[in-house]
Amino acid sequence: MVKKPEIIIEAKALEFNYPGDSLNRSSAINGIDMTVNRGEYLAIIGPNGSGKTTLLKLFNALLAPSGGEVLVEGISTVDHEKVPLIRRSCGMIFQNPDNQLVATTVEEDIAFGLENLALPSAEIRQRVTEVAQRLHLDKLLLHPPHLLSGGEKQRVAIAGILAMQPRCILMDEPTAMLDPSGRREVLDTVKALNREEGIAIIHVTHFPEEAAHADRVLVLNQGEVVEDGPAEIILTDLEMLHSYNLQGTAVVELAALLRQDGFNLPTRILHNRELVNSLCQYERKS
Amino acid sequence: MSRSITLGQYLPGNSYVHRLNPRLKILALLLLLVLLFSLNSFAGLFSLLAMALLLLFSARIPFRYFLKGLRPILYIVIFALIIYLFFTKGGVVLLRIGSFTIESEGVREGFFVITRLITLIIFSLLVTLTTTPLSLTHGMSFFMKPLSKIGLPTDEVAMIMAIALRFIPTLMEESQRLMRAQVSRGADFETGSIFRRAQNLVPLIVPLFVSAFRRADDLALAMEARGYRLGAKRTRLHVDKVLPADLGTLIFVIILIAAAFYFKL
Repeated sequence: MVKKPEIIIEAKALEFNYPGDSLNRSSAINGIDMTVNRGEYLAIIGPNGSGKTTLLKLFNALLAPSGGEVLVEGISTVDHEKVPLIRRSCGMIFQNPDNQLVATTVEEDIAFGLENLALPSAEIRQRVTEVAQRLHLDKLLLHPPHLLSGGEKQRVAIAGILAMQPRCILMDEPTAMLDPSGRREVLDTVKALNREEGIAIIHVTHFPEEAAHADRVLVLNQGEVVEDGPAEIILTDLEMLHSYNLQGTAVVELAALLRQDGFNLPTRILHNRELVNSLCQYERKS
Repeated sequence: MSRSITLGQYLPGNSYVHRLNPRLKILALLLLLVLLFSLNSFAGLFSLLAMALLLLFSARIPFRYFLKGLRPILYIVIFALIIYLFFTKGGVVLLRIGSFTIESEGVREGFFVITRLITLIIFSLLVTLTTTPLSLTHGMSFFMKPLSKIGLPTDEVAMIMAIALRFIPTLMEESQRLMRAQVSRGADFETGSIFRRAQNLVPLIVPLFVSAFRRADDLALAMEARGYRLGAKRTRLHVDKVLPADLGTLIFVIILIAAAFYFKL
């Protein structure tokens, strides 16, 4: 018997409108029902103004729903008393690495969330050391944030969340302002946390390549979930993606071009290896 | 260029003064300043100056930092000296320029006052050069703590100061980037009258302000997402432990003051 997956976040008939924004309906949420399971890697893609960031802020109790509700581990985000619990189990990483580091040194920044939880100093010290080792930041502990690279800054931000021992990390385009090596640094870190520690990841992204790392992909359009399914099904449906002004990954787009030229390739090619494999087999067949 | 921006004047080191608890340093500084201004004899003053120089030397602070620290008050020192030289009368007349005279008492008083000022600067430098701006902030917020009884948000003020320290280098980088962007489009920040130059700074200041406000917005959100709540109880990663050396220093300072009063130095 398959064990029923444990639900971490649940949205029920969720609605949100930015106040005073009755004409411009963009970035609003118009009735979303969805769940996020424990240990899941979920990517959320969608055109600009489709409500991706708004959705994450609703999950983190930074915004209160105008209709419906969000339950984080069974706790409603409108329950004011319990908001610290929600923020502890669901940390959030923002887009701009510069604007989310609070303290003057890396170790103080990792400690910031723990200080807010009013933990004893000795325990804060211990957790900071552990997390810094885990994310290979131990040599940077005394560095001021402005001397770090973009990728390092985002890793410090992740460390700050990780120190709170969360069940889930919400990421709002965490790599959008990084160079390619910083992007890889952050993605590798996040993937390892998901695989090894079973922390659920909700990753809002513009890059189809990044969404391809997820187990499940959700497409958001005008505040509604229009597609929801495994990455290899959603991200290989180019026709659907293009209809929402989204791109496929380079591999998916290339496979589609090859198919147009008459090459008879399988339909669900998402990762580089799959394309290489099927091309090699193709050569042998013909 | 922007990588080398230093905050405050902190000089890293591991001397006796560096290791002292920041709260104690502030307290000892205040006590010593009181002592400094209650001293009336050269003997007392010079022994305090000798002690200050000894500490400055033991903290391995280069002499040029001392000179640099002295520069802002150089005019005050010269001005004070002139006032005392010409306007304090008494003793023998040393020099007569027209109707002005310099008398021995004036020389004595003048040198007494500038020695006092220089000693004051050395003690203050000792604190600011050996304490990180952040520890200094937290040390000061400790002494402001009683003010929270009358409703002043002292913890929040300390947080504001710490965040300001965090963002100074970031905003400096940004202003340099903006400046280069404007220069590459033909802006001129270096020539023209002072008014012209001030006017030319406007296209720099406006975007800097806009971005600072945006950053503040983002940061507030990030802080909230990490569980920061106004007025909530917080703990700290760093605890300023009071070590035997700290207590010893405090006792020594108190003995100094007692001795100075007892011997009427």
